[in-house]
Amino acid sequence: MPSENIKEIDRTILIDIYRRANLIYRADEKFRATILAGELQIIYYSPRGQEILSAALMAAINQDDYLVTTYRGIHDQLAKGIPPKELWAEFSGKATGTCKGKGGPMHITHPATGVMVTTGIVGAGLPIANGLALASQLEKDGKVTVVCFGDASTNIGAFHESLNMAQIWKLPVIFVCQNNLYGEHTPQAMSTGCKEIIDRAPGYGIRGVQVNGNDAFAMYHAAREAVDYARAGNGPTFIEAKTFRFFGHLLGDDSHYIPEEEMSAAKRADPMPAFRAALLDRQIPEAELDAIDADIAAQIAEAAQFAIDSDYPGEDEIRHDVLEAEIAA
Amino acid sequence: MSTESETVKAAAKPKRINFTQACVMAMDEAMAADPRVILLGEDIADDQGGGVFGATKGLSSKYGTDRVRSTPISEQAIIGAAIGAALVGYRPVAEIMLMNFITVAMDQVVNHAAKLRFMSGGQTKVPITIRMATGAGVGFGGQHSDMLEAWFAHVPGLKVVMASNPADAKGLLLACIQDEDPCLFIENTSSYGVSGPAPEPGYIVPLGKAAVAREGSDVTVIGYGTAVGKALLAAKTLEAEGVSVEVVDLRTIAPYDEAAVLASVAKTKRAVVVHEAVRNFGVGAEISAMIHENLFSVLHAPVERIGSAYSPVPFSPVLEKAFLFKQEQIEAAIRKTMNH
Repeated sequence: MPSENIKEIDRTILIDIYRRANLIYRADEKFRATILAGELQIIYYSPRGQEILSAALMAAINQDDYLVTTYRGIHDQLAKGIPPKELWAEFSGKATGTCKGKGGPMHITHPATGVMVTTGIVGAGLPIANGLALASQLEKDGKVTVVCFGDASTNIGAFHESLNMAQIWKLPVIFVCQNNLYGEHTPQAMSTGCKEIIDRAPGYGIRGVQVNGNDAFAMYHAAREAVDYARAGNGPTFIEAKTFRFFGHLLGDDSHYIPEEEMSAAKRADPMPAFRAALLDRQIPEAELDAIDADIAAQIAEAAQFAIDSDYPGEDEIRHDVLEAEIAA
Repeated sequence: MSTESETVKAAAKPKRINFTQACVMAMDEAMAADPRVILLGEDIADDQGGGVFGATKGLSSKYGTDRVRSTPISEQAIIGAAIGAALVGYRPVAEIMLMNFITVAMDQVVNHAAKLRFMSGGQTKVPITIRMATGAGVGFGGQHSDMLEAWFAHVPGLKVVMASNPADAKGLLLACIQDEDPCLFIENTSSYGVSGPAPEPGYIVPLGKAAVAREGSDVTVIGYGTAVGKALLAAKTLEAEGVSVEVVDLRTIAPYDEAAVLASVAKTKRAVVVHEAVRNFGVGAEISAMIHENLFSVLHAPVERIGSAYSPVPFSPVLEKAFLFKQEQIEAAIRKTMNH
């Protein structure tokens, strides 16, 4: 989907998207290096390639709007505004993490920035997103809920139940399928009966939009329209945002199941340098972008060090937060 | 203003309610007290019948269909919606028509409702109540009758509750709705019409507290739900034989009242655990083990366990009867502990 007839975005928002995207990019780069150096032993789902999608999407909503995301979610979490220090500490299992080290990379929660649930179960976030949106509808608080999930989630039952319920109740929820074309190691065409994932939307009577998620301009405007539609009380939107992931399902996976020409074409179309070039084309000074990069690099270094310096939770922590009351020792 | 004769008439009214009315009463009180209590479930609004068992009858007319929502037949979506709303301050009560249908939503219950408080480090909580009817004896066969409480009791983060009488049903359901943790409230399909003394308005039964349904000195029978009634009948039979039976009604299955169980068995030194669920790997095994671990040296006999047969719930009335635990089995178990 080439971006003919580009709809422009305000300069401040462009810079905002750039900042969010580069925070993801630098954080991912650092995480991969740390993990591959053996300094951190975690299962890691790299968001490399999906930065622009998240950054443009989150720039279109407010910090107090709700987000539900999935285990490949670090791009969504950072773009939504979770402080890198707390996120880093949580990924490292430390007591200073967002969830006191009790959730870990696949279960990030940070209500202060609207990140309500990160699930490790494919498709399970959608029904919960409906509940958040139902609360907003009842409260009339004007908030929207964005739920992100992969293409493979559209083959699980929860997806179908959720789109149907959201549509009959006109819930202010935006379902964002980050279609990176592979569910684990299986290409979309092998796992999905309909030609395009967006084809699922009409079956539920839900507003559907297919967009190139790697194009910040298209992604931002698609998200804004969905947000405006939801806030106006018109109901949900299903967005299929096409993207690609450069480091396989999980870090260490050699992506042998992706044809070489497909991978090299995707890398040639890497959305990160493309977006930077788009900003330079719009006469945004390179020095301004470099200054943002430097600031982000410092933030990431500080976050990584914070995680190293932080303590692990005390063993007693296992008896807290199971139920409201402390579990007896 | 009421006339004198109306007052007399009202006072003369037998103050009894059945289980259905108890459920309605609990949800009505909870909804009146807190605008963030909402109900979700299949056919629960009055236009759809007020619930297949009538347990939400009148509530949508009183509180509106925004708060009392009939849903599609989509159990994952129902429980997910309840969880999401609970994360941001609501207290949803989800009716899952029959307990077997919760299997369709197990991911939402076990991976999400039970764990989000812990996995978020206490930043969020999931104060939902899931009401479910179940139980054998009504000819529903294998997929509408299972007692699955042990599954949920095994999951850290969930509370599991079952009442043995209408007053407790009202008090326990209200406690579940007001509780800060996810609660599964099990209703017995064949008991909805069973009546008992009506509780006063505001009556609430604290979770995690058992009740001594009958005092005795020779043997303790521990049960919940339908097992309590059968245990009380068995106690009467044994009384005629000169055996004094104490009956402990757990009321909350998880986390259950260990102290109350131990206090009773420490006194009687004999125990029988009873439930309708299949005996194998049931709640009775856990309680029996706990009693042995704590009171082995004072017990006069090993703890007996009674449950239903190791079989799917059968349809044919002859087989269904053969499946279900029986009063006679409780009596035989009591005698066994006495004759050990």
